[in-house]
Amino acid sequence: MTRSPVIETEGLTRRFGDLTAVDDVTFSVQEHSIVGLLGRNGAGKTTVMQLLTGQDFATSGEIRIFGESPVENASVLSRLSFIKESQRYPEDFKPKHVFKAAPWFFEHWNEEFAQELIEEFRLPLNRRIKKLSRGQLSAVGVIVGLAARAPLTFFDEPYLGLDAVARQSFYDHLLADYARHPRTIVLSTHLIDEVSDLLEHVLVIDDGRIIIDQDAESLRGSVTTVAGPRHAVERFVEHREVLASDRLGGLATATLEALTPAERREAADAGLELGGVSLQQLIVRRTRAHASEFGAES
Amino acid sequence: MDEDRPIFVQIAEQIENDILSGALEEESQVPSTNEFAAFHRINPATAGKGVNLLVDAGVLYKRRGIGMFVAAGARERIASERRARFADEFVTPLVAEARKLGIGDAQLITLIRDHTTKASAAQPLAQTSATKRTHTQEKSK
Repeated sequence: MTRSPVIETEGLTRRFGDLTAVDDVTFSVQEHSIVGLLGRNGAGKTTVMQLLTGQDFATSGEIRIFGESPVENASVLSRLSFIKESQRYPEDFKPKHVFKAAPWFFEHWNEEFAQELIEEFRLPLNRRIKKLSRGQLSAVGVIVGLAARAPLTFFDEPYLGLDAVARQSFYDHLLADYARHPRTIVLSTHLIDEVSDLLEHVLVIDDGRIIIDQDAESLRGSVTTVAGPRHAVERFVEHREVLASDRLGGLATATLEALTPAERREAADAGLELGGVSLQQLIVRRTRAHASEFGAES
Repeated sequence: MDEDRPIFVQIAEQIENDILSGALEEESQVPSTNEFAAFHRINPATAGKGVNLLVDAGVLYKRRGIGMFVAAGARERIASERRARFADEFVTPLVAEARKLGIGDAQLITLIRDHTTKASAAQPLAQTSATKRTHTQEKSK
């Protein structure tokens, strides 16, 4: 199956005065994939999404969404949905007004699916949005984003305040509906471990730059940890690039680039234990190796 | 899913396990890629990669417009492939751990014999051509 890129950027840059929020970013997103846009707070995720959805303007660089510029472009914008954490609603709006208005903007809106989600998230339709809890407010966005079935959907930290059960139902519905109605989904989140298995591709942005742009599956296999007696670990990693290391008494662990089967055997023969690394840990370690100020978020 | 190995490999192994245990019979239909994805909560492309691994290995085959089926002879093919890896994956670490603990070779062999006796009392060995061949292989070593 060959897929065409839905999003393409080239040298995308956005400056706010002295601050370069997005710095010469080039990447593409393939049609019908679920992509994670990950990174720390302030890394530039939201700015990238605002640029891609035509809500902000690039200082320089190119953006093509469905092959065209998104800015003031109705044929592109009508195919997008952008669910953001900071979504504002008109004064006195109630959820029922949101769901009444949504079909005007999304041609693939599915009312039945929306109703099913409203019930599942136990959303009070008749309460003023101002009075909703943080989780209920997030649920409004999640329901709009899913039921809109837009060909390109952005979720920017969509579930602040949603409890674990609600988040799980969001993931389950996202996967099931994506399978039935394939579309392109860009998901930005801090909860990397929760979403890692859902992602097909991972983009990590740090300090305005894309530092990882990789297939989730190959990314997962791209590092290995070795653990064992300190001298054995030290001897094994001597001529290898170490992404992270840790010591506890006479024991040590080191995170390395992926090992070949022969190297794995060598490690096992040296009495070392091999292990994997979660996507979250991997991203934290890679980002640290890239820029030492990246703090552990786990 | 564990983090040590790629998810699609684990999906393929689980399907293989189901074929070995008989939960999935030869010539029966296997769940769709989307069903695997929803059940394991993983990306459908990842599930598809796992399924394709087995198609390439001749364990599953596609029937156009209907779905994916377990190939005839799949069970034996999986079993013989796993037998080839058995010594490396199970016996080597077992011996290494025994050495580490100071369990002597004679004691280790006694332990294994005790356990095989217990296991076959509880559940007689499935008499397939597969198990017979394992015995002859062991003897030839």
